[in-house]
Amino acid sequence: MSQREGTRELFENLEGYDELDDVDSRRRAIRLWSETFSEQWEILKEDRLVVFGAVTITLFSLIAIFAPFLAPHPPTERMWDGGMIMQWENPLWYGGEGGYLLGTTAEGYDIFSQLIFGSRPALIVGLSAAVLCAGIGTIVALVAGYYGGRVDDILMRIVDVAYGLPLLPSVILLVAMLGPSFLNVILAVVLLQWRASARVIRSQVLSIRERPYVQAAKVTGASDWRIISRHIAPNILPLTFLYGAFAIATGILTEAGVSFIGLGDPSQVSWGTMLQTAHTYNAMYHQTWWWFIPPGICIALVVISGFLIGRGYEEVTNPALRGNN
Amino acid sequence: MSKLNFAIRRLFQMVATLWVIATLLFVMFRAMPGDPTTYFLSEGMPPEARERLIAQYGLDEPTHVQYIEFLRSLVTLELGISFHSGRDVIDIIWLYLPNTLVLMFSAIIFAYVIGIPLGVLAAWKRGEGTEKGAVILALVQRSFPEFWVGLVVLGIFGAWLDVIPMSGMTSGDHRPESFLAMITSLDFIWHLLAPAAVFGFYLMGLPLLLMRNNMLEVLAEDFVDVCRAKGLSERKVMFKHAARNALLPIVTAAAIAIGYAVGGAILVETVFSWPGLGREMVRAVLRRDYPVAQGTFMLLATTVVFMNFVADLIYSWLDPRVTYE
Repeated sequence: MSQREGTRELFENLEGYDELDDVDSRRRAIRLWSETFSEQWEILKEDRLVVFGAVTITLFSLIAIFAPFLAPHPPTERMWDGGMIMQWENPLWYGGEGGYLLGTTAEGYDIFSQLIFGSRPALIVGLSAAVLCAGIGTIVALVAGYYGGRVDDILMRIVDVAYGLPLLPSVILLVAMLGPSFLNVILAVVLLQWRASARVIRSQVLSIRERPYVQAAKVTGASDWRIISRHIAPNILPLTFLYGAFAIATGILTEAGVSFIGLGDPSQVSWGTMLQTAHTYNAMYHQTWWWFIPPGICIALVVISGFLIGRGYEEVTNPALRGNN
Repeated sequence: MSKLNFAIRRLFQMVATLWVIATLLFVMFRAMPGDPTTYFLSEGMPPEARERLIAQYGLDEPTHVQYIEFLRSLVTLELGISFHSGRDVIDIIWLYLPNTLVLMFSAIIFAYVIGIPLGVLAAWKRGEGTEKGAVILALVQRSFPEFWVGLVVLGIFGAWLDVIPMSGMTSGDHRPESFLAMITSLDFIWHLLAPAAVFGFYLMGLPLLLMRNNMLEVLAEDFVDVCRAKGLSERKVMFKHAARNALLPIVTAAAIAIGYAVGGAILVETVFSWPGLGREMVRAVLRRDYPVAQGTFMLLATTVVFMNFVADLIYSWLDPRVTYE
């Protein structure tokens, strides 16, 4: 439909041809993308679980952004009562003093504030890992799948090597060497996790490359870039989102795991480092479950949301799955 | 192309992958910030002793000599001497690897013995509450960090109910004379129970979901209708005929999962203070004990690459329809 309109306008304004073509193609591109996204959202919002996932991630993002306003205390400030640090204080609903919603840690930090601020590293690592993993994987897949031959061979051998690396040990090694900061955790996760999306999306590109409309574009003399960006990329986009959503989960779980081992960013409080200190001070033994239960629930909620959004995109990519549930 | 040819080509590919990983490892350890010698040389050491130590570890050689020496040491399994304890790295590996293997195999058996029937059940009861329950279970298994589940299990069963030990592999006063005597002792099994269950719980999601998906595919085939037409009970159709045909991808997935699980056990080993290889690697990384970190990491990577190789071979052996062009 958009094409016919564009043609009619073209004939009406022959003078400003070049200029119009430019504007029109941009407008068309925007319309195409917004149509694609609204179509996908129509399918996605049918699934209540996907909506739950999207709402949860949005909620945690808001908490992360407004953390300084929501948290009653700075996460790395010790609580004092006169001359004494308030260690192992019970929550206020459990007979604790000082009005701490979830009590204080063995080192005298407010657990609730740490929980609020812990959403920041989790979401930053999760979301940037998702964008970078899916982005790099997709670009590699497009190049390997479209050009084939030697380029494909080399890229896929690199993917094979990446598959030979055990995830957590490699991330631990990399973070230990580059220094414990969550930028390095992101880097390590991305270096290892682009492999999955690259491999799967490439096989999809291989099949799309042979479709008649791509062949037709080739015959009409479209450039490689045009074919890749206009004819192939839009068709694999849902797969990119699918792997992006799953990468949120891997990113957050890996960050938590690495922090739990003791290689977390020392300047930041994350859910993983909270669990690490709880483990070090044997909070399980002291039965202070308000210290170590909430961070785990938060991690799981964000991770589950990632999986649920990914599952929704699986239905977008594979129409056969639709309507079964 | 014959199967033998495929196996040989795959073998070469495996060796090449391992060589690339080893080279990456070598480069990484040399690029690490800080001179490795500063970690095991003390300040007041006389210069001759200092030089002798540097020569002993081969750190005075030019880089390419060090590289060749490094590759030779990997092939001959002479992995050097620990900076920290002064023991042979290979002895350290032999000390900790069996502990990890016992934990991992118990967990894998637990995960597959329960996960596979649950997957069959989920496919059999498609659209009912049972299926939904099984899928949610798998989601929970993949979303809650396994070390957090470990903390909760320790809190409930270790501290509160006091029915499992809080850490370690054997009780302090228990000194078995051999490895075999140890792993067959009741005390060991009592210690193994919680870590194996927690790790198994984490690993179970894969066989469960995979089995469900394969079953759904198999159930659409004609032979299932023939079985039903013969008057076989639904249980027999499901477990005897359909499940057998759906098992194939599980076998290869299990092989790959074993490869990754050796390194994946790190977090479970850390929570339960299980003296395994992964935990030893983390400790070596934290105390900058290069030889041990390199040796253990290389072993974990080799397991992954080797099990991927095994999975490919099993696949071609079990399914005669698979061909290689």
